[in-house]
Amino acid sequence: MADEVMRLEMKNISKSFGGVHALQNVSLSLRPGEVHALCGENGAGKSTLMKILSGAYSRDTGEIFIDGKPVNIKNPKDSVDHGVSIIYQEFASVPDLTVAENIFLNHVRGSKNVINWKQLNANAKELLDSLGFGQINPKSKVRELTVAYQQIVEICKALSTNCSILILDEPSAVLANAEIRQLFGILRKLRDEGKSIVYISHRLDEVFEICDRITVMKDGQNAGVVNTADVTEKQLVSMMIGRDLESYFPERESHIGDVIFEAKDIKAGKMVQGVSFKVHKGEVFGLAGLVGAGRTETVRAIFGADKMESGQVFINGQEIKHFSPRNSIGNGYALLPEDRKRHGVLLNLPILYNMTISCLPKFCSGGRIRKAEERKFGDKMVDALKIKIGDKMDNTSSLSGGNQQKVAVSKLIASDCHVYILDEPTRGVDVGAKIEIYKIINDIVAEGNAVIMISSEMPEVIGMCDRVAVMRNGKIAGELQKEEITEQNMIELSMGVNKV
Amino acid sequence: MSEAAKRGGSAKAFLVKYSPVIILAALVVVSSIISPVFLSVQNIYNVLRQQAPYIMVALGVLMTILTGGIDLSAGFLISVSHVFLAAAAAWWGFASGGGIVVAILLCLAIGFAFGCANGFLVAKMKLAAFIATLAVMMIAKGLSYIITGGSPIKLPLEAEGCEGADALIAFGQSGDPVIGLPYAVWLAIAVVIIFWFIMNQTMFGRMIVASGSNKQAVHLAGVNVDKYIFSAYAISGLMAGIAGFLICARAGVATSTNGDGYELDAIAACVIGGASLSGGKGGVLMTICGVMIMGLIGNIMNLLSVASYPQQIIKGLIIIGAVVMNGMTQKDE
Repeated sequence: MADEVMRLEMKNISKSFGGVHALQNVSLSLRPGEVHALCGENGAGKSTLMKILSGAYSRDTGEIFIDGKPVNIKNPKDSVDHGVSIIYQEFASVPDLTVAENIFLNHVRGSKNVINWKQLNANAKELLDSLGFGQINPKSKVRELTVAYQQIVEICKALSTNCSILILDEPSAVLANAEIRQLFGILRKLRDEGKSIVYISHRLDEVFEICDRITVMKDGQNAGVVNTADVTEKQLVSMMIGRDLESYFPERESHIGDVIFEAKDIKAGKMVQGVSFKVHKGEVFGLAGLVGAGRTETVRAIFGADKMESGQVFINGQEIKHFSPRNSIGNGYALLPEDRKRHGVLLNLPILYNMTISCLPKFCSGGRIRKAEERKFGDKMVDALKIKIGDKMDNTSSLSGGNQQKVAVSKLIASDCHVYILDEPTRGVDVGAKIEIYKIINDIVAEGNAVIMISSEMPEVIGMCDRVAVMRNGKIAGELQKEEITEQNMIELSMGVNKV
Repeated sequence: MSEAAKRGGSAKAFLVKYSPVIILAALVVVSSIISPVFLSVQNIYNVLRQQAPYIMVALGVLMTILTGGIDLSAGFLISVSHVFLAAAAAWWGFASGGGIVVAILLCLAIGFAFGCANGFLVAKMKLAAFIATLAVMMIAKGLSYIITGGSPIKLPLEAEGCEGADALIAFGQSGDPVIGLPYAVWLAIAVVIIFWFIMNQTMFGRMIVASGSNKQAVHLAGVNVDKYIFSAYAISGLMAGIAGFLICARAGVATSTNGDGYELDAIAACVIGGASLSGGKGGVLMTICGVMIMGLIGNIMNLLSVASYPQQIIKGLIIIGAVVMNGMTQKDE
C-alpha cells in the first residue's frame, strides 16, 4: 500500500487572499478508484482547495502531483488537460442548448468548424447509455430536464473530457432521495472503473454511505484523514468543529402554550389541496414530507408570497383577511424562504442593510434613517447570532453560505413576529452553523413564539420538532406527536404506506 | 509580501471606486492644457449651465436604473413638458407674473404624469421597463408634435402682460448678482443635495436600491416593492419636467426636437458613474461625475472646433472605455 502511486497528491498547499490565510499547508491524496470525502464547515477551505485543483485559483506555495508526476496547474484548461473535472454546486449548464450541446460544450468536435450533429448526438447518447440514463434524449433542451437529470448532464460533460479525477461539490443539495440513489450508483460505477472522485457534502449519512476515505479540514488546515470504516458520525463531527458535541441538537425544555397560529383548508394550485394545521406558543412544528409534497407551496400561500385559492388563517384567534408578505409580517408571522440566494438575501448590498430591511421604519423618523441606532442594532444581531463577518458594511456576498443564512435569519427576527416559518433553514449550511441555527430556533420558542419548520433532513426534524405534520400530494397525511416522530413513521406517512 | 499585496489591492479598489472622479479630474487637467479658454469663469459657467438639465434627467433616470429598470422616455418627456410650458405662455394666456407659475407647474405636472404612467406600466402591469418606457416615449413624442405642429413656439417677450415670460427667460439666461453663477446651476446644486440626502439618509433611498438588488427578497421581507418602483419612474418623469423647464427658460423657445437623445446621455452618465443596469448599484455623486465627463468632452471638442459628427464618435469611444473599466472591476468582485 505504501508504495502505491497516488492518483493525486496535493502537498502543503497554501493560499492567502489579501493577508487572510485561506489555506495553510493543506494536503490531500486520492487513490485510483476511490470516492474521497472532503468534509469541513463552510469556510474551512474546501472550495478554495478544489478551485486550486481546477485552476480557478493559483496556489501561493505547495506541490501537486498527478499519477506521481509534478504538474503545474495555472488555469482551468491546464486542469482539464491533466484529467481533472469539477461539477459546481450551481450548475454551469446552458439551459437553452440541448443535452448533447451541453455535454460537449467545451470541445464541440467537428471537422473544419462545421458541427457534425449526428455524430455529436450519437456520442452524447453513448455517454448517457454508459451511465444507465439512456432515457435522456440528447436532443432535448436542458431547461426541460429535472434537476436530477441536469446533474447527470453535468456529469456526462465532465466525463466527456476523459477525466480521471472528478470533483463534486454538494451534488446532493438539490436532489431527492431516489435521485441520490441513482447518483450513488453512477459514482460507484465510475469508482470501479478506476476514477478518483472527490465528494464534498454536508450530509454525513451520505459521506458514510458512499465514501471510502475522508479528509477533514478546519480553518484552512488539515484536521485529519480517516477511513470511513474507522470513525463514527459523532467523531467526524467533532473533528470538523474541533470540539466534542454534547449533543448534535441543543437541549430544549418545551413549554407549549395555547394555539397561536391556525391554517384551515388551505388550497393553492395543484400542490396544495386542503391543508390544515395548528401551531402552539412555544412549539417547534415540523412540516415534513418528500420534495414536491407541497410543503413550500403551502407556506408560501399562507405567507402571501403566492396566490391562495381558498382557506383561512388565524393568528391568536384573529382571522387574516388579506394575504401579502407585508400584511403577514404586520400580522405577526414571517417566512424564511427556501432559496437563499434568490429570495433570502440581497447579495450586493451590505450585511447591515439586509438585517434591517424588514424593520427599517423602526429606525426612521420622518423617513430619515437614524444610522447610529441602525448600526447598534446590527452589532447586537451579529453578537446574538454569532455571525462571522469582517465588517457589517461589507457586501453580503462576501460571507459563507452559513453566515448568509444567519443574516437571513436575523432579518426575520428583526421583524418582531410571533410565528416564524423556516423553509429548509439549514440547507447548504455547515455543521457548526447548523447547531447555531438550532439554538436560535430554541431561543425563539423559549420566548413563547412559535416556529414552523420545513426540513428534508429527517434527523433534524426528529431532533428539533415537538410535533410534525407529514405532507403527501398536497395534503396532510398525518400528524406525529413528539414521541411518535421517527424516521420510520415519517417515511410511511410521506409515502402512504400505512394508509388503511 | 502579503502586506504589499494588500496595499496594492486597496489602491486598486480605490482607483476602481473613484474612477469617475479620476477620469473627470484628468479631463479637467487635459482640457486646461489644451485650451487656454477652458478655465475661464465664462466657460466654466457655460458648461455647468449646459449640463444642468442633463443633471436633472440623469438623476431621474438613475432612480429607475437603481430599481433594475430603465427610462427611455425621459428625452421626449422633456420635449412634451416644455412644449406645454411654451404653449401655455404663448397661446393660452399664461404669460403674466402669476400665469407663468401656472405654466411652469403644468410643465412639471406633464412630466410627472407621464412618469406615473411609466411607473404604473412597470410596477403594476409588470411590463418590461424597456418596452413600457419606449411606448410612453412614442406617445409623448406624438403629443409634443401635435401641440407644436412641427414648428417652434416662441415665448412672448417684452409685451404687455408678459412679465412672467420675461422673468422666466431672465432666470434661464442669467446668474445670481453676487458671483454670477447661473440660476439653473444653483437649482441643479440644490437638486443634487436633495437626491444625495434621499439616497444616503432615507428609508426611501435604501428601498429603491434594495428593490433593484433583489426584488423578490425585499417583497418577502414585507416591503411594498411596487410602491418604490412606481415612485422611481414618477420621479424620473418629474425630473424630465424640470429639465424641460430649464431648457425652455434658457432658449426662450420650445421645439419638439428638444430633449431628444437626453435619455441616452443620461443612461451613459449613470453607467460611466458606475451604476449597474441590472440594478442595486449606483450613486448620486458618481452619476454627476458621469454627467460632467460627458459635458466636458463636448465642451473641449467645441473649444478645439471639432465638428459635431466626429464628436459623437469620440463620445462613444469614451463611453466604451469607461464601461470597460467598470466591467473589469465587476469581474474582480
